Amino acid sequence: MSFWHFLQLNWPELLLLVRQHIVLVFISILVAVSIGVPTGILLTRYRALRGPVLGIANVMQTIPSLALFGFLIPLPFIGGIGSRTALVALVLYSLLPIIRNTVTGILGVEPSVREAAVAMGMTDGQVLRQVELPLAMGVIVTGIRVATVIAVGVTTIAAAVGAGGLGVYIFRGLRQYDNNLLLAGALSAAVLALAADLFLGLLERQFSFEGKRSAAWSRVALAAGIVLVVVVGVFALRSPGGSESSQGHVAIGSKDFTESALLAEIMAEMLEARGVSVERRFELGGNLPHEALVNGTLDLYPEYTGTSYTAILHHTPIGDPRAVYDQVKQEYASQFKVEVSPSLGFENTFAILVRGADARKFNLKTISDAAPHTPQWSAGFGQDFMSRADGYPGFSKAYGLKFAAVREMDLSLTYIALSSRQVDLIAGNSTEGRIATLDLFQLADDRHYFPPYEAVYLVRQDSLARVPALREVLAKLANAISTDEMRRLNYEIDGNKRDPKEVVKEWLGSRGF
Amino acid sequence: MAAPFVRNMPDSKMGRPRSAAPTITPVKICLVEFHNVTFSLPAAANIISDLNLTVERGETLVLLGESGCGKTTTLKLVNRLLTPTGGEVRVEGKSTTAWDPIALRRRIGYVIQEGGLFPHFTIARNVGLVPALAGWDQARIMERVRKLLSLVGLDPDRFADRYPRELSGGQRQRVGVARALAADPPLLLLDEPFGALDPLTRASLQHEFADLTSRLGKTAILVTHDVREALILARRIGLMHKGQLLLLETPERFLNSDHPQARAYLDTLKVDDGGKQ
Repeated sequence: MSFWHFLQLNWPELLLLVRQHIVLVFISILVAVSIGVPTGILLTRYRALRGPVLGIANVMQTIPSLALFGFLIPLPFIGGIGSRTALVALVLYSLLPIIRNTVTGILGVEPSVREAAVAMGMTDGQVLRQVELPLAMGVIVTGIRVATVIAVGVTTIAAAVGAGGLGVYIFRGLRQYDNNLLLAGALSAAVLALAADLFLGLLERQFSFEGKRSAAWSRVALAAGIVLVVVVGVFALRSPGGSESSQGHVAIGSKDFTESALLAEIMAEMLEARGVSVERRFELGGNLPHEALVNGTLDLYPEYTGTSYTAILHHTPIGDPRAVYDQVKQEYASQFKVEVSPSLGFENTFAILVRGADARKFNLKTISDAAPHTPQWSAGFGQDFMSRADGYPGFSKAYGLKFAAVREMDLSLTYIALSSRQVDLIAGNSTEGRIATLDLFQLADDRHYFPPYEAVYLVRQDSLARVPALREVLAKLANAISTDEMRRLNYEIDGNKRDPKEVVKEWLGSRGF
Repeated sequence: MAAPFVRNMPDSKMGRPRSAAPTITPVKICLVEFHNVTFSLPAAANIISDLNLTVERGETLVLLGESGCGKTTTLKLVNRLLTPTGGEVRVEGKSTTAWDPIALRRRIGYVIQEGGLFPHFTIARNVGLVPALAGWDQARIMERVRKLLSLVGLDPDRFADRYPRELSGGQRQRVGVARALAADPPLLLLDEPFGALDPLTRASLQHEFADLTSRLGKTAILVTHDVREALILARRIGLMHKGQLLLLETPERFLNSDHPQARAYLDTLKVDDGGKQ
């Protein structure tokens, strides 16, 4: 599909993401200015505070954005998932340039001008409002400009905590190996950054009193920009919140990969068909869905029994699917007041993958077959696989594998890294659609090391009591999807680049749901 | 060490008709008084040591000295940009620390080198600043601004709406003087007001200023390192050196002084002017 064609098909969604992006940046900068400028002014009055406050703001700036989101998620009030967490992180990032430039701007006012102002009999407030702030405004706006451009960039990461914005396309593009999505997300973000920079640059020039008067056209452009921002702001703030339906309201989450989002979308469509209003909080990174489910931000999300068993409940992996399911069901009910649905009918376990060409060349069928070759190979594993007990440490020990190099990277990138010979072995998902499209070969787990990963929905008990339609849908979906079917659905999205909603609607239709 | 010449000049010696009126007490006559004033910063030598000085109504007192001698500090002690660490400075008979600093400053015009104009204000707004702070209505401020601009030789129609950067150094200095006069303060403080100007502009402004202050009957304390300027403008010259007042004399007596510091200044004059003076 050409990029142009992609845009024609997806522009309504792209516009929605652009709007979310602008709203996130706009609100966070607004908040950061209303905190940062007064703080900066305070620092010019209390010299002793300057070092510590600027130091803290500096440290904030150096925390990688994903890590900052991670810190915020478990916090009450400001944490959790969604735009609130993103806004808090964005504000923290924006503070430093704004505070620092406010201080620099005010302290940079010509001392003789300040002295004249005091000697004329101005009060401290009058000196600040009539002399220092107007003269510092150019420098302050520069700080706001820097903060805004940074915020446009950081907001793309906000998609990882379910805040929306153009990062949704970028993350999705990475996962699905889809350059159109990547390009649409990244280009739009770049255009936004440039537009913000240009607009604030014009604003900055209005405050240059030493130089020439700004040209008329720049003032016209500035006015147009202000009107645009106000219109977008009003438009955005007026966007309707989820209207409460008589059949109840359900917040559905998903993890940040195609299959999870697909399973979540199936649930969403089926609930909507029954008159339930659905809030989609898809594509959440790491353990976010679990935490959001436990704290009540989410009502349900799709999960795999093996993941719950090892990563959440911290049990040592075992091989018996029934035992794992029963243990998870019982512990979730007692620990989290969460019910585990019946299995959806398929497993998505770790798939140890090599290039099809290598498998044929070395005649590889099982992981044990590959063991003699691995000392010459480099491996690429996702962060998740590297860190979990049943991941790389246990796996390499169980098969006695040694690698020339082990590279930790984003899971969705490992498939491309393998097919483009950057690495020689990866741990993917068994239902991954690209296994076929990229000619990858899954080595059999001949020692039955990996625990069973049956797909289920995790649902809060109070949600089940509140929304009766949930039980009906869960019963319908029990054993409804086979592994082959799941792989096909994944391939429709990742391989054929089709719209997930369309794929889900089609599947639901074919099954008569 | 105070030089033997330093003393509080008895008012009667100045022989001005106003100060001769018997009912006026010295407190009223003296607009500014320094009593044993010392000013120092922590961990540094005194910037001003034991300064005694009175400034009478209507006179122009010039503080002369090289940079770092404490003359600017002396000026800032008057409008309480600084407060003395010892002794007291009285303005209109009241210690500066007893004054509300804002009220004090609004009664004192202040002119600094290059005017210290606000670059983001028009000339009219610069000149009308103190009246605006005092809450005058707009029409009255504009009337006053036009009058003052005319007074300092600037055409109000041409200059009122310009910005300081659009003016020459001399024009900016005129605006600085107009601004200081705006609220009709009894006292003017001027810190090297003509220092940054070319010699011709400087000379003409000096004469205009001398004319203006005598016409308006303003009291002025002016700080300079230019002995020529001191001789042109001063009714009395205070020679300062290392935070002390060495000499306080009329220009005529200053010219004939045999104090070594005074002679050093006067010698530069002879070299400059080929002995004309």
